[in-house]
Amino acid sequence: MATATGSGAASGPVGPKLNHIGLPVLEYRGGKSTLCAGCGHNAISERIIDAMFEMGVEPERVMKMSGIGCSSKSPAYFMSRSFSFNSVHGRMPSVTTGAVLANHTMMALGVSGDGDTASIGIGQFVHLMRRNLPMIYIIEDNGVYGLTKGQFSATADIGSKLKTGVINDLPPIDTCAMAIQLGATFVGRSFSGDKKQLLAMLKAAIAHKGTVMLDVISPCVTFNDHEGSTKSYKFLQENDEPINEIGFVASFDDIEVDYDSGEVFDVQMHDGSQLRLRKLLEDYDPTDKANAVRTLMEAQEKNEVLTGVFYIDTQKPTFIDQLNLVDEPLGTLPESLVRPPESALESLMANLQ
Amino acid sequence: MATGHLALGQEQGAQSADQRIINDFSIIVATVNGSGSQSANSVLLKSIFGMGVPVSGKNLFPSNIAGLPTWYTIRASKDGYVARKREIDVLVALNPETAREDMMSVQADGVAIYEEHLNLKQYRDDVVCYPVPFDKITISICAEAKLRKLVKNMVYVGAVAQLLGIDLGVVESGLRKQFAKKQKVFDLNFGAVQAGYDYAKATFTKQDPYFIERMNATKGKIIVDGNAACGMGAVFAGVTVVAWYPITPSTSLIEATTDLLKKFRVTPEGKATFAVVQAEDELAAIGMVLGAGWAGARAMTSTSGPGISLMSEFAGLGYYAEIPGVIFDVQRSGPSTGMPTRTQQADLLSTAFLSHGDTKHVVLLPGSVKECFELSYAAFDLAERLQTPVFVLSDLDLGMNNWMSESFKYPGKPLDRGKVLKVEELKRMGSFARYRDVDGDAIGWRTLPGTPHPKAAYFTRGSGHNDEAGYTERPGEYQEVMDRLARKFENARRLIPAPVVVKNGTSKIGFLAYGSTDFALRESLDQIEKEHGASVDYMRIRAYPFAHEIHDFVASHERVYVVEQNRDAQMASLLKLDLPGDQVVKLRSILEYDGLPADARTITDEFVTKEGL
Repeated sequence: MATATGSGAASGPVGPKLNHIGLPVLEYRGGKSTLCAGCGHNAISERIIDAMFEMGVEPERVMKMSGIGCSSKSPAYFMSRSFSFNSVHGRMPSVTTGAVLANHTMMALGVSGDGDTASIGIGQFVHLMRRNLPMIYIIEDNGVYGLTKGQFSATADIGSKLKTGVINDLPPIDTCAMAIQLGATFVGRSFSGDKKQLLAMLKAAIAHKGTVMLDVISPCVTFNDHEGSTKSYKFLQENDEPINEIGFVASFDDIEVDYDSGEVFDVQMHDGSQLRLRKLLEDYDPTDKANAVRTLMEAQEKNEVLTGVFYIDTQKPTFIDQLNLVDEPLGTLPESLVRPPESALESLMANLQ
Repeated sequence: MATGHLALGQEQGAQSADQRIINDFSIIVATVNGSGSQSANSVLLKSIFGMGVPVSGKNLFPSNIAGLPTWYTIRASKDGYVARKREIDVLVALNPETAREDMMSVQADGVAIYEEHLNLKQYRDDVVCYPVPFDKITISICAEAKLRKLVKNMVYVGAVAQLLGIDLGVVESGLRKQFAKKQKVFDLNFGAVQAGYDYAKATFTKQDPYFIERMNATKGKIIVDGNAACGMGAVFAGVTVVAWYPITPSTSLIEATTDLLKKFRVTPEGKATFAVVQAEDELAAIGMVLGAGWAGARAMTSTSGPGISLMSEFAGLGYYAEIPGVIFDVQRSGPSTGMPTRTQQADLLSTAFLSHGDTKHVVLLPGSVKECFELSYAAFDLAERLQTPVFVLSDLDLGMNNWMSESFKYPGKPLDRGKVLKVEELKRMGSFARYRDVDGDAIGWRTLPGTPHPKAAYFTRGSGHNDEAGYTERPGEYQEVMDRLARKFENARRLIPAPVVVKNGTSKIGFLAYGSTDFALRESLDQIEKEHGASVDYMRIRAYPFAHEIHDFVASHERVYVVEQNRDAQMASLLKLDLPGDQVVKLRSILEYDGLPADARTITDEFVTKEGL
């Protein structure tokens, strides 16, 4: 991370507020959204912009990855200076895996949807979580297929009603419970309408080393925001149950963090940042995998939508650690390092004679 | 390398003990899958090679872990013919289950060496029989019951060596190489060879005409399988990301690649300059390849037909978004699951046009293990130069069998990493358009993620895009990119490996073939010349799109036979799409597609019938 360059507003004419690498928030913006007005995805794009800006991430160091669907279009609407790959339906995990292997010095931010992840992409999702690839995986979860005009997805709750009156009678896939069980090391759920929680969660995600899986409930104003939907703004406002309140102090912020016990769970992040989870659910320990899954399962039984950071493990080796890769990006290693010398071929030939 | 020149003094007719047949016959060893016969077969093959005699070995095995019949064929050929020989001259029968059928398949005046109690003599009186009590001999030399199954195979090597006149010293040195650092294993195995040798020497009087005699035709040559050769090519091309899913017959390509990477590509600090990932399926494998290729890595995967089918959607993305990657397809018999352990060349059309929409791909077609090596490293250069997925089509016969070859040559040119804009160039230019043809070669410049310049980034997508990589549904913008892609493919004709002119004289008849069919076709053309006095021309295709020389070759002949190993004449079909209408009528097809490697006699017979010779 580059060193802080100050606010920039201290001297000279008053300009836009700059972040600690000297960039204004404008440099984190993307193209104009073509999603519906009021779409939760747009709010998530805004929070990504805020989080990247506030964390002082260099836009050129970010790879924005996506699959297919409304959610997967959204990387075009934030951070135009970042490299972007809009791939095929449900396959963002494999493309991201390849990209990170080629250049593990980059930050990978994947944006997917509930259809892209929990239906067509569930296989790749499962195996991505197992690998603990360093990346942020965001599901923009609205329980419905938007681009094809309103079919249920696999995260729709039992009893949820389509505009057409069709009731969903299949159980939802809880992507957070799955991710925890499978090996992701930072798992949380938020709501696109909860600016404060989502921003703090994204900032902590940026500081984490390993797979971050965030399921962000993001109401679809066109096909799934009506009475009877469990992914509507109204339903979320009434049923959102945060399990913890997220406080995040970045490594470059010169703020003393006082440690108090009991009500607060402090996590030292890989980059030196501090994640502070104020417990709202009694004795909730986000490092206890089994308890995390049980809590999620119990909430589902009660039709509660829990949000917050459910699970975190800052120690587990990432896929890059396990592959024992050199520090430099594999993709641009010089020929002298990737093509063995002539003597190597000669020795192989001698063995085959 | 098989030269395939006219075989002088070659006798195929009546054979007798006083008319020796030297260094020109086939051996088939019938055993049970999983019985450890592979190392014995390999020792016998390398012993003949060690005698200086050109040799090839083929494993005809079932899709099974253990217990089903398996055959290994060895062909010694003083003339350097290495294709499958249809006729069986010498049988080694160790599998009771197939022994009778095996015995019936030996050609008249052939030889059978078999487990004594099988009593195969009862089925044929026109075959020279050498019954050997393999079980008894094995028990006498090997105290450990569980090792006997393995040791028994070495007893056959000894008996065959004695009967064919293979120098025991040559067998010994081959065995020593095989068990390099395991003295005890060597002792046990060589003891078995010796016992078989001694038994044959003491028991039999040579009654058949087949002999191996020392030659000097293998000096400096190597024996290797095509999959290992492809793996070497990839490693010497500097591959850094390998993603794959296990599938017969491609798995050993990845295993060979991985072994070499571990050997040559670990830094003094113990860090890897490569990543090998066993993916969850072929979709993920090619997805990883494209992600890595996009981010600047030389990435590859290897698969076979069913995997190719699964890779279809991503292949289209790679083509349209213009992302480099190398996909090896070691073809097996299709359709569907087909015969996973049998060979074919039936994925040509499906790879050339893999994916929906107007998609077409560069396909390389190695015709020998040496070309497996050379076209493998060429594929990585081409993929980055053309910014597109490149397919390398090998097959089970080429990939999994042992072939004699000249030594491989170290690549003469540095890696061609293609058109990648660096930050200095961007600073000078101010900005760039990812898909704009600024050089007239129909190839745009690309940047790699992480290039530290505010204008370096672009948006990669499989959706409709204009030359700045922006989303578009405008007819003109969409079509401009599609037309440039067509021009790029057209230009590839000059960049891909040129066809090999094997023979181009004054004949009105030409032959076109590719891949492993070459071995059988070269032998067939000698048969045609020798037996029918017909001298025909032959050009070997090494890539799609077709080089202009292929058009010229068809234009300069009256009739052109396309020989290939599939039912639907896939290469001929592809040629028909490419050739002018008046040339298309010249094409004829000779097809072998029963799952066995092509053999010369079948091609010759078909040609003779079609030509009415």
